[in-house]
Amino acid sequence: MLTLAIDTATPTLVVGVGEPGPGGRVLAEAAEASGTRHAELLSPTVTAVLARAGVTLADVGALVVGLGPGPYTGLRVGIVTAAALGDARGLPVHGVCSLDAVGSGARVVVTDARRKEVHWRAYDADGAPLTGPSVGRPEVVELPDLPVVGDVRFAERLGRDVTPADVDTAGLLRTAAPLLAHPAAPLVPLYLRRPDAVPNVVRKPVTR
Amino acid sequence: MADSRPLVLGFETSCDETGIGLVRGQTLLSDALATSMAEHERFGGVIPEIASRAHLEAMVPTVHAALAEAGVGFADVDAVAVTSGPGLTGALLVGVAAAKAYALALDVPLYGVNHLAAHVAVDELEHGRLAEPSIAMLVSGGHSSLLLVPDLAQDVQPLGQTVDDAAGEAFDKVARVLGLPFPGGPPIDRAARDGDPRSIAFPRGLTGPRDAPYDFSFSGLKTAVARWVEARERAGEPVPVADVAAAFQEAVVDVLTAKAVRSCRDHGVDHLVIGGGVAANSRLRALAQERCDAAGIVLRVPSPRLCTDNGAMVAALGSRLVEAGVAPSAPDLGADSSLQVTTVSV
Ligand SMILES: [Zn+2]
Repeated sequence: MLTLAIDTATPTLVVGVGEPGPGGRVLAEAAEASGTRHAELLSPTVTAVLARAGVTLADVGALVVGLGPGPYTGLRVGIVTAAALGDARGLPVHGVCSLDAVGSGARVVVTDARRKEVHWRAYDADGAPLTGPSVGRPEVVELPDLPVVGDVRFAERLGRDVTPADVDTAGLLRTAAPLLAHPAAPLVPLYLRRPDAVPNVVRKPVTR
Repeated sequence: MADSRPLVLGFETSCDETGIGLVRGQTLLSDALATSMAEHERFGGVIPEIASRAHLEAMVPTVHAALAEAGVGFADVDAVAVTSGPGLTGALLVGVAAAKAYALALDVPLYGVNHLAAHVAVDELEHGRLAEPSIAMLVSGGHSSLLLVPDLAQDVQPLGQTVDDAAGEAFDKVARVLGLPFPGGPPIDRAARDGDPRSIAFPRGLTGPRDAPYDFSFSGLKTAVARWVEARERAGEPVPVADVAAAFQEAVVDVLTAKAVRSCRDHGVDHLVIGGGVAANSRLRALAQERCDAAGIVLRVPSPRLCTDNGAMVAALGSRLVEAGVAPSAPDLGADSSLQVTTVSV
């Protein structure tokens, strides 16, 4: 089933279209270092990727979206976009853990959680998760003795070699493949942190 | 009989309300709303992260509520409009991303609009075409602005604004001083009905001959109320909540209405429209009516439900833009937390 994949959990905006499962393939994808511009770039990137694959939304049978963990504002852009596209076209939208779509096989995935912390999750040789997605300071998290992949900027503070890897379309499709036969579950972002306990209260913004 | 005017789906997520509205021409079809206000109450202010999380959760169900209430389907939608700013960035982005995706999926044009202009446009749903030029006064927890509106679709000019607190913020802060709940507007309005507005003389900010004629200041008033109440408490005397509420409210609406009427007179404009959450205040509505009548100004105020943030106001402005032939937004539309009111659409 032609599937549209979206992930905005990291500074790299990922959009791809392809066939999940064994023998599946990626027809077209974009991975843009979009930083904090996910909201601006996501919809036009969807349009561009579909065009490059020579298909339209009418050809798409399902969506997969990364639920994080990742910086919240960017993360929500991808989730609400996938939810709205699916809703308007009457398509199922399957959420996956974004870390599952980074690298493959036995590994620990680390990504930037901001506030000097990392998101991480460990996987066995079949790529099945060994732990839940977690957040913590790189100096204190106890990572399993597996190859570490993901955001190389944390190598020093983790005291481990880190092989660069990003969320990619093949990873999203691979993770979503077993889900596609089932009804889609509600899209619940993997925030991992509660809203700040001592919140930075603002009034309705004063306009200039 | 089929109505050929364009059907516009509007998205509003600039603060704590997820508002989705449907408007055909200047006819209101539906106005669905989800709010996270209850989650902010204990903090006495809106927590951006809580608001943003709530927008994401509420988005699809609220869109469906709006479609169901209007009795239309996605295929009937001709255009999408969304608040692009001003507002809380994280909250705005949920609405912008959703609106862009719906517009893409439905293959219809998308209009990123200014929240303040939308507060003006919503009045057309109840009172017909706005006279142009009109003066608009927007008063809420986030805005206190006087605008000159020669052309709602493309020419809105700022005359004045608050130099410190928004009018609604002053209500929230005074409510806290008086032990009334957040948001403070409705409980102060209620308490004031049993009070004497002349019992205490609170200051009127920026009303001196050399002050900016169309700017507002409510910070000094808020402090004066707090000092007055604290002095009472220190003296061990009971605080006359109704009188304080009435006198405070009178000080706010006296300044607002005087400056609104003056800006009409100075600019030779005989139509005034008031919007924003504080426009639901009963004393503001009454005094504005009285002073407009005396000055020969036609006053228009939307019903309280449409004064507060909602999706219909965004759809109403979107409809105006479609009608005026204004170009839709570019595909890389984003959010601008401090969007200037002169930018009616992005
Ligand atoms: Zn507003």
